[in-house]
Amino acid sequence: MILLKTVDLHKKFGETRACDGVNFVVNKGEFLSLVGSNGAGKTSLVNLISAHLKPDSGQILFEDKDITFATVHERIKAGIARSFQIVNLFDGLSVFDNVALSIFSREGKSTNIASLAEHDQDVRNETLEVLGQFGLRAMSSVLAGGLAQGERKLLDVAVAYALRPKLLFLDEPTSGVSTRDKGQIMDTVSSVVRAGAVTAVVIEHDMDVVFRYSDRIVMMHEGRFLADGTPDEIKANKDVASILLGAPLSA
Amino acid sequence: MKADVSLISYRPKLVLAATAAAVLVVLALLPPFIGLYQTQLLTYGLIAAIAALGFNLLLGYTGLLSFGHSAFFGIGAYTVAFLLRDAGIRSMELYILIGIPVAAIASALFGYICVRHTRIFFGILTLALSQVLWTLTYKFFWVTGGSDGLRVARPTLLAGMVTFTGRDAFQRFINGYYYYVLVVFALSVVLMWVIVHSPFGKSLQAIRDNETRAAFLGLRIHRFRWVAFLISGTFTGLAGILWVPLNGLTTPEVLYWPFSGEIVFSALLGGFRNFTGPIVGGIVFTYLKTYAVATTEYWQLLLGVVLVLMVMVLPTGIVGAVTALANKLRPKEKSS
Repeated sequence: MILLKTVDLHKKFGETRACDGVNFVVNKGEFLSLVGSNGAGKTSLVNLISAHLKPDSGQILFEDKDITFATVHERIKAGIARSFQIVNLFDGLSVFDNVALSIFSREGKSTNIASLAEHDQDVRNETLEVLGQFGLRAMSSVLAGGLAQGERKLLDVAVAYALRPKLLFLDEPTSGVSTRDKGQIMDTVSSVVRAGAVTAVVIEHDMDVVFRYSDRIVMMHEGRFLADGTPDEIKANKDVASILLGAPLSA
Repeated sequence: MKADVSLISYRPKLVLAATAAAVLVVLALLPPFIGLYQTQLLTYGLIAAIAALGFNLLLGYTGLLSFGHSAFFGIGAYTVAFLLRDAGIRSMELYILIGIPVAAIASALFGYICVRHTRIFFGILTLALSQVLWTLTYKFFWVTGGSDGLRVARPTLLAGMVTFTGRDAFQRFINGYYYYVLVVFALSVVLMWVIVHSPFGKSLQAIRDNETRAAFLGLRIHRFRWVAFLISGTFTGLAGILWVPLNGLTTPEVLYWPFSGEIVFSALLGGFRNFTGPIVGGIVFTYLKTYAVATTEYWQLLLGVVLVLMVMVLPTGIVGAVTALANKLRPKEKSS
């Protein structure tokens, strides 16, 4: 079943074509990796779908509804959430509050002004549950600004996950952390996402990670899709290999 | 090991409530010991604290520096003056009941324009709008009394049950009004405390820390800022309402930008990153200014030096510095 579909999506920055007629399909329940060299247009595509950027032309359909011109707020309501490549957290708030705020927002409780946030037992329980899933529960009362990089990356994903989206975009969840931490972060993220039956699209550079965790891999190059298939198919694809190795494309 | 956080812990809140109650009791017992003049001065201090508390919902919790909060203080003060002159109303409760919606509407209008911008643009807009109000008040002297301002007689308290005429009226007013303001102050503090600890207040802090991410939680940033602006302006307006009967006169001075500066100064002095910072700041600033004016003709210079020193030596304000010191003195309890 198709969850998200883009039709002939275009986005140019000056003369650079970040998205050059992209027809992107995400199926419900899959764990999809978006790969490609720097500047291939992966983050731009995610930005277009999450309303962080406006497309020049084309269409975005989510659950068969046209969301091309929907606002950030409307897309989040519809069930699209994202994490950020450069960690985007509320550094002056506790780890607990960072996640709780997502839940308050999702539940439409953010506008509650006359009750104390910490007295909402439902939100509290769910927050602790999410923090537990991401292995951050012991850090509940620490300020987000005081976490180590690996924990920050996890919290960034946890904040997006707590919105209980149908479709979750993860923009390089393991960038800037050590190779040793990478596996741990991806183990955690993929198990939580799969357990929650959330469809996930991950932008990732590390091909070992990509091959290990993905159901499907889509490769972008210069704003276009170059390859699309299962990890085994992608491994066998010569174009992909040449791009990854920096060699010229086969004719 | 840390205690399990799955259950709500009421202990820190009990400690907090006990401390607040103790402070309130001390404040309530003070007047007979400190005399009339000091009681009056402290009343001014409590009013300044309410103004700064409101202001800090924007600066400390929403991350917006308003340089035009004199507008709301002035609107509160002038509303009372108009109610007395044009409607013959003398009841303090009516002043508050009518003045608060007026301040709220004005804040909503100003806020609607200002919250579309942040940082310096926001600050300049608030400054400009408050200056427009100051100019209007100054020029339309047949309405506002111009630079002469408007006199405000002593109001009646508690639905007319307490009046201040005849013998010892001034003394009775200063003492009675102190308790009146103290009660409104305590209610304001509790109300603001709930607001900043509510999901709404937390969301404001999220917007302050990271606007982009807050938008990606599905929060409508402009609306939150707008409501914060409205609440903030209304609190400061309430301070203006309480101030004018004590002062007996309102002039365009309370709408002029240096007065906005004093509110900013108060919040910085106490520490805008702490809930109690602006409260302490408002009270301390009132004393500081009063004594500076009494001591030297160059009181503005003196206050300027204090401000520069504050920013350089105690960037987190009085409360921030005290908190940091207290944390240093008990390093053993800290567990991480």
